[in-house]
Amino acid sequence: MIQTTQLSKKYGKTEVLHIDSLEIPTGQSFGLVGNNGAGKTTYFNILLDLVRPTTGAIVNNNIQVNTSEDWKTFTGSFIDESFLIGYLTPEEYFEFIGDLRGMNKADIAKYLHQFDEFFNGEITGKKKYLRDLSKGNQKKAGIVAAMMGTPKVIVLDEPFANLDPTTQIRLKMIIKELTRDKQVTVLISSHDLTHVTEVCERIVVLDKGNVVKDIQTSTETLKELESYFSV
Amino acid sequence: MISHFLKLEWKQYFRSANWQKSVFLNILLILFALYFAASFLIIGIGGFYILEEQFPDKDPLILVNSFLLFAIVGDLIFRYIMQKLPVMNIKPLLTLNIPRNKIVHFILVKSSFSFFNIMGLFFYIPFSVVLINEGYEFVGVLGWLATMILLIQSANFLNFLINKNNISLGGLVTLLIGGFLVQQYEVFNLAGFVGEGFDFICQNPITAIAFLALLIVLYVLNYKQLRNEVYLDALISEKTKEANASDLSFADKLGDLAPFIKNDLRLMWRNKRTKSSTWMILMGLGYGLFFYPQPMYAKMEFMYVLVGIFSTGTFLINFGQFIPAWDSGYYKMLMSQNFKYHRYLESKFTMMTISVVALFVLGIPYIYFGWKVLLVHFAAMIYNVGVNTHVILYGGTFNRKKINLDEKAALNLQGTGAVQWLIGLPLMLLPMGLFALVNWLVSFEIAVVVIAGLGFIGIAFHQKIMAFITKKYITNKYVMIHAFNQEN
Repeated sequence: MIQTTQLSKKYGKTEVLHIDSLEIPTGQSFGLVGNNGAGKTTYFNILLDLVRPTTGAIVNNNIQVNTSEDWKTFTGSFIDESFLIGYLTPEEYFEFIGDLRGMNKADIAKYLHQFDEFFNGEITGKKKYLRDLSKGNQKKAGIVAAMMGTPKVIVLDEPFANLDPTTQIRLKMIIKELTRDKQVTVLISSHDLTHVTEVCERIVVLDKGNVVKDIQTSTETLKELESYFSV
Repeated sequence: MISHFLKLEWKQYFRSANWQKSVFLNILLILFALYFAASFLIIGIGGFYILEEQFPDKDPLILVNSFLLFAIVGDLIFRYIMQKLPVMNIKPLLTLNIPRNKIVHFILVKSSFSFFNIMGLFFYIPFSVVLINEGYEFVGVLGWLATMILLIQSANFLNFLINKNNISLGGLVTLLIGGFLVQQYEVFNLAGFVGEGFDFICQNPITAIAFLALLIVLYVLNYKQLRNEVYLDALISEKTKEANASDLSFADKLGDLAPFIKNDLRLMWRNKRTKSSTWMILMGLGYGLFFYPQPMYAKMEFMYVLVGIFSTGTFLINFGQFIPAWDSGYYKMLMSQNFKYHRYLESKFTMMTISVVALFVLGIPYIYFGWKVLLVHFAAMIYNVGVNTHVILYGGTFNRKKINLDEKAALNLQGTGAVQWLIGLPLMLLPMGLFALVNWLVSFEIAVVVIAGLGFIGIAFHQKIMAFITKKYITNKYVMIHAFNQEN
């Protein structure tokens, strides 16, 4: 589904990302782990064609992301709060994104209905603008918007940060549900080793822009990761 | 302690992204400030002699005094609109080992040195020097000057006290207009009455102390109020307003442009920056009222073009020059969404076109000043739609400045770069010059046809031009994303 070849990103002389080869098959739940500055967000930014690579390319479902825009039709993403439009209410925001993803009003209402529990009554129907919501609630809205219009690839940067424990558990269930049929590829980055190991089948560790570990998740994975990071 | 605060201020000022990035803008702002300072200085020095010449039988100081009421109230209204107590940036200080009292004193004392307080001095001090020079009693003038400075400072602190609701603004405006009206119709000379009070001070300079007392009282009131409010749930909290969702389904008629247009309408209604520029649109529409009644301009037909372009294009210019910076806060998200860039730009174009036509229709009463005026306005409308919209969209590709939508618009130059200024000029000057030339060489009718014709050509090639502009936007995509990510 997603092939990365000879990818690198340099700012001046410092190389922030260098991945020779990385292949993520369709339907995989893929976790990206690493300390600050490891290159996780840079990788996602290149995948979403928000930043240009210095060398190499990422091919998403046979479309090279920096030459064609067609990947947008099947890719949903939420990187940070700057993906939200602060002066809209959550409903209006969902309507906007849904519109762009070819959903009509009824589709959107039906889609949002599934997330009533996830929203916990704090997002919709509150007469609040997105900019006035708490960080956690903003994140909930952004994540739900990223999954609109049945995308084949979903990119979430740090989805668990700022969420309350209940929502974290619900989000894990949602992600597991998504990848159960092996149709949707989910890419997640996280600092929380427990969450990623629980949700992802495969975990890649980045350090200073390089892939240092590529693990198929098993019962030992959490221990392995913890020992790696506890230097 | 104070030195710490001052160091922070110094760093805040010189490390702000604005200062470092845009030398051009800073020079412009400095020139602007210098211009005001110089104007006040000139009025301060020359004012005495001008008044003496215009009203030889009156004492210039008494004349000035009799207008001081309006100056003070006007100053208060100006402050009310423009000046806010800068409290937000003390948030990180609250948990540090600094007594709250000191923080509060610092904010208040700092406000004493604001631009608003300094500017008045450029008038009052030279004026006083001239007075002494002209043989007025030294102590009396000194007392008067002290009173003025104390009054400026009092106004500074009074503003923070009353700057809570619009009732006090209403009161001030009523006082200003009422005072003017009762004087105009000679019911009661309110300003003169107040002026006599100031004359009294000149004769008894010791009374200036009363104003010192006033200042102290206002300061203490401010201190008490602020001391109670430097908490996260009071003054320093950001107020949340209840969302008002209005029905914008009428925009659905615009087909696949609708989602963007709906967003832009909401953008305009719900953000401080855009809201406060709405009155600029009204001003732009009424721009002709400054020109047309004056017989001097009635013969200068090329001025019609300027007014026409401006009055039908205020929205176009105000809104258009910040495309796509309006969406800078969430530009990354837009760029990862599933839509064609062309659609996004087309929606902006449609908005601007609708505004131009609507403003022309609203400006039809200009026919009062002659059919020629309306004819030129019509040509200007076509020109705006066909040429200026495209020019301004093209100018947007050079836009590299993020806009923070929560800040006010008046005198807010955030988001403006050199290109915005450069583009603004040809929008109005080019058609004006062209019109003047053709009008002079051939005739008025042909000149109108030329302006409108250029507009029609632009409309005819709309698709081609848009394709070109879209390409430009796409090539600049990464630079814009990067630039919009930088906080100012």
